[in-house]
Amino acid sequence: MAVKVSMTVNGKAVSHEVEERTLLVNYIRETLKLTGTHVGCDTAQCGACTVHMNGKAIKSCNIVAMQAEGANITTIEGVAKADGTLHPMQQAFKEHHGLQCGFCTPGMVMSAIDLVKNFPNPTEAQIREQLEGNLCRCTGYHNIVKAIKAASADKNVTVVGG
Amino acid sequence: MYAFQYRKAKSVDDAVSALAADADAKVLGGGQSLVAALKLRLAQPSALVDLGTIGDLRYIKVGAAEVTIGAMTTHATVAASPELKKAIPALADLAGDIGDRQVRNMGTCGGSIANNDPAADYPAACQGLVATIITNKRRIAADDFFKGLYETALEAGEIITAVSFPIPKRAAYMKFKNPASRFALVGVFVAETSAGPRVAVTGAGPGVFRVKDMEQALARKFAPESVAAIKVPADDLNSDMHAQADYRAHLITVMAKRAVEKALK
Ligand SMILES: Cc1cc2nc3c(=O)[nH]c(=O)nc-3n(C[C@H](O)[C@H](O)[C@H](O)COP(=O)(O)OP(=O)(O)OC[C@H]3O[C@@H](n4cnc5c(N)ncnc54)[C@H](O)[C@@H]3O)c2cc1C
Ligand code: FES
Ligand code: FES
Repeated sequence: MAVKVSMTVNGKAVSHEVEERTLLVNYIRETLKLTGTHVGCDTAQCGACTVHMNGKAIKSCNIVAMQAEGANITTIEGVAKADGTLHPMQQAFKEHHGLQCGFCTPGMVMSAIDLVKNFPNPTEAQIREQLEGNLCRCTGYHNIVKAIKAASADKNVTVVGG
Repeated sequence: MYAFQYRKAKSVDDAVSALAADADAKVLGGGQSLVAALKLRLAQPSALVDLGTIGDLRYIKVGAAEVTIGAMTTHATVAASPELKKAIPALADLAGDIGDRQVRNMGTCGGSIANNDPAADYPAACQGLVATIITNKRRIAADDFFKGLYETALEAGEIITAVSFPIPKRAAYMKFKNPASRFALVGVFVAETSAGPRVAVTGAGPGVFRVKDMEQALARKFAPESVAAIKVPADDLNSDMHAQADYRAHLITVMAKRAVEKALK
């Protein structure tokens, strides 16, 4: 069985035949070949698969692609500028050493952009609490929290792509 | 996942007829519990009928005496609603503490209530606030709705369209979280309602339940000390790798006391 799914991903209209049970994350990674979005747990715990759907962070391993039909999806590949200039959140992760192996990083950055959108100027406690949906096995979180705090001061932090 | 067909419902009527035509079809809300169950092959629906694009099911209406929330309203929307924060702050707090931000952006009020996970938060708010669950064909009192472990009064093909919460005089929810899943190890919703005080417990037993001894004590005096010495027997409570039944029993009293304190603030 197959259905047609259409959506906008990082500003581009895409449309494919998929099996109904295809998860959004598998559509993004395997069909669209956008492998920046990671699968860490496949059980909605770790947040490595976080993308934005209509501007809101969601776990793409926990919905089927058809739930995103007609939606506007942004993945980690879509947050930097077309000329390669890093998004302020990516830049802050780099400057503050907010990553080690980098596996959780795409999800962390996508989640962090949504975090700052909802909590402009977050306190350290707010950042830690609101980062509950993202796990990192390497950094111990300190530098991730620092990076998000620093990026929250940038007035373009909620703007993606461009 | 087993294979299934997928259908986007255009309206509640459309969803109801799709479900009536196929006994093995299942409603899809935000998918935050159902997709996980499908991955584990715990369910094998022939089709998913997605309520996601029915805009009419996403709303929060604050009236003089009650708040009505559309079934497809996400936890994030409930948590952020300024009107709700004024009318029933305890309910906005509860929604804002479900899972994590990503889950709250997809998970819905109706889905949580229909699912009736024994550790879910909404069932405690429903019983604590004397809510009414509204479906495509009737209105069901929260006390009659939750039937224990993942069981509800919903009939085959019946869809929750909204939940109506009477505005209490005061209320608060205290949740002792399972640190890994963030579900309630024990959650206690306390309210002073026009039907008297209510104490509803989630996470501790096979389903949400009320503690009538605490309610009676709070009716005499709505104060933390009223519940401080009341113990719930551990016999029917859950024991698992996270907590033994007697520990959960202990937590009920502690959380109830803290919830009353918070409600009085
Ligand atoms: C990592 C994680 C952490 C979580 N933590 C918590 C937590 O701390 N507390 C908590 O309470 N929950 C928690 N949840 C569950 C979450 O709240 C879900 O959103 C909720 O249980 C189900 O809502 P849904 O809209 O996603 O429903 P779905 O998953 O789509 O559906 C769940 C069930 O309800 C049925 N259903 C859905 N909508 C309706 C309707 N309108 N009428 C009739 N039947 C319907 C479906 O057929 C299915 O059987 C967590 C989930 C995850 C993944
Ligand atoms: S892969 Fe989706 S939350 Fe871990
Ligand atoms: S940097 Fe390795 S998991 Fe976070």
